[in-house]
Amino acid sequence: MASVEIRGARKSFGSTEVLHGVDIDIPNEAFVVLVGPSGCGKSTLLRMIAGLEEITAGEISIDGRVVNLVPPKERDIAMVFQNYALYPHMKVYDNMAFSLKLAKVANGEIDRRVREAAAVLNLDELLDRYPRQLSGGQRQRVAMGRAIVRDPQVFLFDEPLSNLDAKLRVQMRTEIKELHQRLRSTSVYVTHDQIEAMTMADKIVVMRDGNVEQAGPPLEVYDRPENTFVATFIGSPAMNMIEGRVQVKNGAARLQAGDGTLLPMPPTAQARDGQPIIYGLRPEHFALTGDSAGVQSKVAVVEPTGAETLVVCDLAGGEVQVLFRERHHFKPGQPIRLDPVAQEVHVFDAESGRRLN
Amino acid sequence: MAVLSASGREVQQVDWRKRLLHNRTFLGLLFMLPAAALLLTFLTFPLGYGVWISLTDEKVGRGGAFVGLENYGWLFEDSVFWLSVFNTFLYTVVASIIKFVLGLWLAMLLNHHLPFKAFLRAIVLMPFIVPTVLSALAFWWIYDSQDSVISWILIELGLMDETIDFLGDPWNARWSVIAANIWRGIPFVAITLLAGLQTISPSLYEAATIDGASEWQRFRHITLPLLTPIIAVVMTFSVLFTFTDFQLIWVMTRGGPINATHLMATLSYQRAIVGGSLGEGAAIATAMIPFLLAAILFSYFGLQRRKWQQGGRDD
Repeated sequence: MASVEIRGARKSFGSTEVLHGVDIDIPNEAFVVLVGPSGCGKSTLLRMIAGLEEITAGEISIDGRVVNLVPPKERDIAMVFQNYALYPHMKVYDNMAFSLKLAKVANGEIDRRVREAAAVLNLDELLDRYPRQLSGGQRQRVAMGRAIVRDPQVFLFDEPLSNLDAKLRVQMRTEIKELHQRLRSTSVYVTHDQIEAMTMADKIVVMRDGNVEQAGPPLEVYDRPENTFVATFIGSPAMNMIEGRVQVKNGAARLQAGDGTLLPMPPTAQARDGQPIIYGLRPEHFALTGDSAGVQSKVAVVEPTGAETLVVCDLAGGEVQVLFRERHHFKPGQPIRLDPVAQEVHVFDAESGRRLN
Repeated sequence: MAVLSASGREVQQVDWRKRLLHNRTFLGLLFMLPAAALLLTFLTFPLGYGVWISLTDEKVGRGGAFVGLENYGWLFEDSVFWLSVFNTFLYTVVASIIKFVLGLWLAMLLNHHLPFKAFLRAIVLMPFIVPTVLSALAFWWIYDSQDSVISWILIELGLMDETIDFLGDPWNARWSVIAANIWRGIPFVAITLLAGLQTISPSLYEAATIDGASEWQRFRHITLPLLTPIIAVVMTFSVLFTFTDFQLIWVMTRGGPINATHLMATLSYQRAIVGGSLGEGAAIATAMIPFLLAAILFSYFGLQRRKWQQGGRDD
């Protein structure tokens, strides 16, 4: 097992720079997820770690060794591809044994390692099949098996679950996480699905347009997003963003939204009177109040999911999503009063989008 | 009563036609009829007639009588015929192997990211586009015993003192026509294999690279096995085209010198049309059939989908 350090990594395709100096620390045994919208450079970065793309500038080191010029096969990494990239003309067994055969490992040892990996992934029954004869989830497992048999220093996953249906995706998510807990191998996992990122990662790296926007443990990124991009990208349903100005009265700061509605601000916010800000609040951080406290609002749409009730409300001249853990039987058009939980409010600078509290 | 029975019969007749038009077997046969007629007229009949002529002593301008296998008997004793069989095999085997190797190599080059890719692909197709007779004439000039451009260059470079007699010496002539056939046949092989190469997902090569495969191992373990079905088809066609080649030879050498480049097809033409012995020429042409059948069988088995190509039906 090994750590991976990425220092000032840049990548250009011709005159287009797609990565603008990225620094990421991937600690030993960690499961790090690179997440971001398509085109943010996360897959390119992963391929640079794998050695499938050259590094235009900067350094990538694995286990303390700079690998910029090291060919892929000497980097001691294994990769799981989005389309699995199983060799269609080889049986499952041979797909898994291929790298070991190339490395001239003794036949007995190959057999032992393939069967061991197959047992871990419940592939025992399938070793004699061709990839065509497998379901999506089984192919996914074979792709992981092919990586496991090599016992590499680092596992790289390139959107491995995006070709699976929703149910299987959740199941495989758990399997991959379990596998990591068992093997404790350093893993770098690329996805555009923030739920995958949240649920699997020890550390999330949020990327946009070739830059790292924020890196940290999932819940820390969720609780303290450093800018509006991370705030809206992480979390589903997304954080509500209300534009307005700070109003300081009697030493207490509040937000004055476009339509004049006043919303409570957290005491920690560093904001001047009149400063334009973006007021962020997650859907679960509204309290329903019956009395005169809170803000007047009107129900627009109710989306019950069983476990939770998502209510879209008209508030402060716009729409906000409000999530209740308990069941409510609101009717569209029904007036309700909502009380934002002040200490959960995220305050961002309207211009730069940076966090202010 | 009479009126009733008449209309009853009518109803029965309509019923019978209707039923026939709803019969799948009948409809199937009906729809196949035009294609079958075309095939019978233009393929089966000439082939059958050719075989029939080979069993007669027909000459140009004179009907023949059935002579059984006499023509074949003559051929069996005929050293020129056996020479043409040897030539045909040499021509087919050597040209096909070289066309395959060079064609695959060219296809792999074109599959890379090259500058002016579209232009290069168009250039590669050139020999295939030019009418065979025209390219044969060009080669005839290139191989001319006095004015050959190859000889001229070699002499100018000081590598030779006299011109090479490309088409005058038996072995020179054999290699020369083979070279012309290779030049003409490569585009077909290269472009078809290129199409095959493009169906191989690049991620397979990436996976193999990470698995530690060298360039040669990627070719050996990924490219070649995944290309096999297409190679089987392309090479069958290539072998068929080469085996039955006529134009190149006829324009360049007419089978000479001393029959050294006579293929079965050119010999058949010479005996049947030039020499007028239709029966004998037809027998030579018919003698090609077993070899061609063997090539088709090869393709039939090559074309059969590999186990890995199909779904979960076989185990």
